[in-house]
Amino acid sequence: MAKSTPTRLRVLKTFKLYIGGAFPRTESGRFLQEHNPKGQLVANFCRASRKDLRNSVVAARKAQPGWAGRTPFNRAQILYRMAEVLESRRESFESALAERAGIKSADAQAEVDAAIDRLVWYAGWADKFVQIMGTTNPVASPHFNITSPEPTGVVTAFAPRSAPLLGLITAIAPVIVSGNALVLVVENEHPSIAIDLAEVFHCSDLPGGVVNILTGLREELVPHAAKHMDIDAIATFDATDEERRLIALEAAESVKRVHNFESPAKHDWAQASAQSPYNILPFVEFKTAWHPIESGAAMGAKY
Amino acid sequence: MGKTANTSVRDLLFGDLWDYAPAPESRDHLTIHERYGHFIDGKFVEGEDHFPSINPATEEQLFEVASADEATVDLAVKAARKAYDKVWGKMPGSERAKYLYRIARMIQEKARALAVAESLDGGKPIKESRDVDIPLAAAHFFYYAGWADKLEYALPGASPSPIGVAGQIIPWNFPLLMAAWKIAPALAAGNTIVIKPAETTPLTAMMLAEIIQEADLPPGVVNIVNGAGQTGAAIVNHPDIDKIAFTGSTDVGKIIQRALAGSRKKLTLELGGKGANIIFDDASLDQAVEGIINGIFFNQGHVCCAGSRLLVQENIADELMHKLRHRVSTLIVGDPLDKNTDVGAINSREQLLRIQELVAAGKDEGAQIFQPSSPLPEKGFFFKPTVFTEVTPSHRIAREEIFGPVLSVLTFRTPEEAIEKANNTPYGLACGVWTDKGSRLFRVANALKCGIVWGNTYNRFDPTSPFGGYKESGFGREGGLHGLLPYLEVR
Amino acid sequence: MTHAFVVPRVPSVDAVAVEERAAKFRTRSIKKDAKIKGLKLVASMIDLTTLEGMDTPGKVQMLCQKAISPGSGCPQVAAICVYPTLVPVAKAALKGTSIKVASVATYFPSGQASLKERTDEVRRAVEAGADEIDMVISRGDFLAGHYAKIDEEIRATREACGPAHLKVILETGELQTYDNVRLASQIAIDAGAHFIKTSTGKVSPGATMPVTLVMLEAIRDHFINTGKMVGMKPAGGIRDSKLAMHYLAMVKETLGDAWLSPDWFRFGASSLLNDVLMQLEKQSTGRYHSDRYLSLS
Repeated sequence: MAKSTPTRLRVLKTFKLYIGGAFPRTESGRFLQEHNPKGQLVANFCRASRKDLRNSVVAARKAQPGWAGRTPFNRAQILYRMAEVLESRRESFESALAERAGIKSADAQAEVDAAIDRLVWYAGWADKFVQIMGTTNPVASPHFNITSPEPTGVVTAFAPRSAPLLGLITAIAPVIVSGNALVLVVENEHPSIAIDLAEVFHCSDLPGGVVNILTGLREELVPHAAKHMDIDAIATFDATDEERRLIALEAAESVKRVHNFESPAKHDWAQASAQSPYNILPFVEFKTAWHPIESGAAMGAKY
Repeated sequence: MGKTANTSVRDLLFGDLWDYAPAPESRDHLTIHERYGHFIDGKFVEGEDHFPSINPATEEQLFEVASADEATVDLAVKAARKAYDKVWGKMPGSERAKYLYRIARMIQEKARALAVAESLDGGKPIKESRDVDIPLAAAHFFYYAGWADKLEYALPGASPSPIGVAGQIIPWNFPLLMAAWKIAPALAAGNTIVIKPAETTPLTAMMLAEIIQEADLPPGVVNIVNGAGQTGAAIVNHPDIDKIAFTGSTDVGKIIQRALAGSRKKLTLELGGKGANIIFDDASLDQAVEGIINGIFFNQGHVCCAGSRLLVQENIADELMHKLRHRVSTLIVGDPLDKNTDVGAINSREQLLRIQELVAAGKDEGAQIFQPSSPLPEKGFFFKPTVFTEVTPSHRIAREEIFGPVLSVLTFRTPEEAIEKANNTPYGLACGVWTDKGSRLFRVANALKCGIVWGNTYNRFDPTSPFGGYKESGFGREGGLHGLLPYLEVR
Repeated sequence: MTHAFVVPRVPSVDAVAVEERAAKFRTRSIKKDAKIKGLKLVASMIDLTTLEGMDTPGKVQMLCQKAISPGSGCPQVAAICVYPTLVPVAKAALKGTSIKVASVATYFPSGQASLKERTDEVRRAVEAGADEIDMVISRGDFLAGHYAKIDEEIRATREACGPAHLKVILETGELQTYDNVRLASQIAIDAGAHFIKTSTGKVSPGATMPVTLVMLEAIRDHFINTGKMVGMKPAGGIRDSKLAMHYLAMVKETLGDAWLSPDWFRFGASSLLNDVLMQLEKQSTGRYHSDRYLSLS
């Protein structure tokens, strides 16, 4: 494993899954290995199974109403808190990106910067996207009519294959900011960073189950997610045509919402173009409410 | 003054002391051709494989209509693509707007003929086609016309662009209105379209084609192909279509969603529903009764957002049911063209059979049926307004969309139970909530998993108001600013 | 009179929905036979009214003649409605007919007098021959929440009526909300009104269809709960027969056939009868009519 000092044996971390605010091992007992660019083993990590996915969906479903029921101000504070905690652990992520992923120090710093800033950016949307995306509708009848976005419910996302930290933030923040609960499936070169990130979330006042992180193989989990009747929406990054086909085919059974994102080019991850309030849109439902407004005119009133 | 009535008789008598004489709307000013083909590239083209279109109130043939095959659909898509590339996609929004305004005006000019056509072809009461369908169709074009040159204001910070060629498939319950819901936002956003009306109700779409021709809309911007499911499949599977918009049953919606698997076509679905109409004990009861009636008997219950599950607080159930039975007894069922008809004809024999099957299931499963005593017309597809009480959440009539004038009544005891029962369905299109208490209304409205919540009203529609569902009722919105989103690339 | 008054519990009324419902009756299309029958029914339900400061015996006699022989195959109206001082004139003019004499008593239209003064006026009108008394409630007391006083004044007036029937005018244009109308209707019904009536005709708006519908619903619920029928009289502003027939459609579809009778439904109107006559002429001759051919009323 990566270098250890001759005088003291370094303690290694066991990278587990993050489900319902706990860090269980995969129930399947299987593992995969992560290597650094030099080919050295940096971690054994869990290869999540369909049952881990199932458990995550249960945890997400349980957590979602409470999370959606938080005030937007409170969700904003929690996303901001996630940024605070990430900032406080930035050196750890910088070195993880450098040591495990072989990212140059300056680039690692930039990725951590961007990840923190992106969390802050999305935090601010929690109590604003409703104002931007909601409408008051001037109907031609004596009714008050408003449309506002609500979270879709339980979302499963297949994380980007690149940008091992920033890619995750880019996938997670727009989904949870509106009040969805998320099951994030991570298959990339360096999934251990996702579990490090789970630890950040875990001590950021984010309620357990709002974000669940599974490391493993997309090929294995995509069909089960697509078929799962209690998942409301699926997001993918960098889906292959076959993944898209499979997801659409199975998602139809429960009329799931499916949104496929393409990752930006490597150097565009940190750009403003990689974040947008319109990335919140695929995971909200618009509810329109009507109510009569009495006029009084028929009773002779002027007002 | 008269004697006081016998105190033991507490039922009102809705008899024939003073009946309204027949008041049929004249159909003289409506010209129906013997045969309809398709409208492609600005021209009416002959079709093949004609099949009859029936007046559901008389079972008489009104005309024949063609069925488009893949080759015909391909012609329509090619025309749409050409129009998109050469004309419509490049046209300034302000010019597109004026075409849409023109169409809106011409619909208003021809409103009466369109209303009669809609009632003849589909069986809906003339007062609904006259007062709801046609005016709203015109209003939709008018509303979206104004968006055509203001799209950059619709989505802050984004620069929207059209998607390309949209394929649209619409149902038979609101033929012209659904065409307007589909065509107006698509065109305003700069797309061109191929649309397929429902096979039982193509008449007003073909009249709209005439309007489009008169309005000098550039050829190929709107193409209308007739036919049934196979024609729809040809649209869905056509490789040069960029977006599919479908309104219809959840079953077909799922088929379409699967059919698009592996393609890069965008999709919006507006599917079925099993709307809960929730009546709390403090509601304005007489107005709630009207809301219940409007919720389930509007358009013979052929409404995806119908309030087909009535949830009544148990402590007022008897009182409310008494009022409701009286009210149902006053409904006039019959000739759709009669201006006094409240409930018209069921759209097709097929739909009538489906309603009959589910009603039989309701009886078999032990629910209590109420239907008014007045007889139905002897010919045509008619079904009595029907209220089922003693329905439990596991009954088929409480779970399946009947799409007819059939109400299933369930009771609840607390707001919590009302919400739970209302949400206990794979659908999520619309619900109604009746209460005098504002804070409860907001609580329940927030908790309901559906796209439309009517508070102390039901079945209201407006071009400015987004419409669409949660869960298996589909995704995407039609109407309002949100109705533009499915027709725009947002980036 | 010992009577423990409890404010009745009545359902709330949603203004928009009740106006929407009332508007739907205006789309009822009443043609041919139904129209002729409807017009005649309307005529038979009219309380042909004159309530002017300038009313004279001559004017009332003219009105009574019109009531007795309206012409055009039109039935006689239900009643003549006049101020108490003119009751004897009407009574004499209508002698030998079945047309009733109704009189507005209780210091119509304001009702601003002591209860004793008001009931005394009622007694005088009845003694003078009035068959029916149209009283006004004290809107001030109602709006101040003194519902018990409304109950008391109606009971006292009913007693003062003796054999005469009592119509209770709510003056809905001053009650301002449908909830008030519904509550006032129930109080009046509970206190013994034979009829409830919308308006004096001296306040705008007078009768409207939504207000009338709310009152019909109160009558209907009372019938369902007790089996007792109460009559309804919209008054003020109903001038054309088409509107009147839409009122009838509303009665037919809210209360049913039993109320389609002058025993249970009246129109308080002065110019409606002539419009009915014009329409009846049109139905029989096919010509649109002119009021120059009709006598004044």
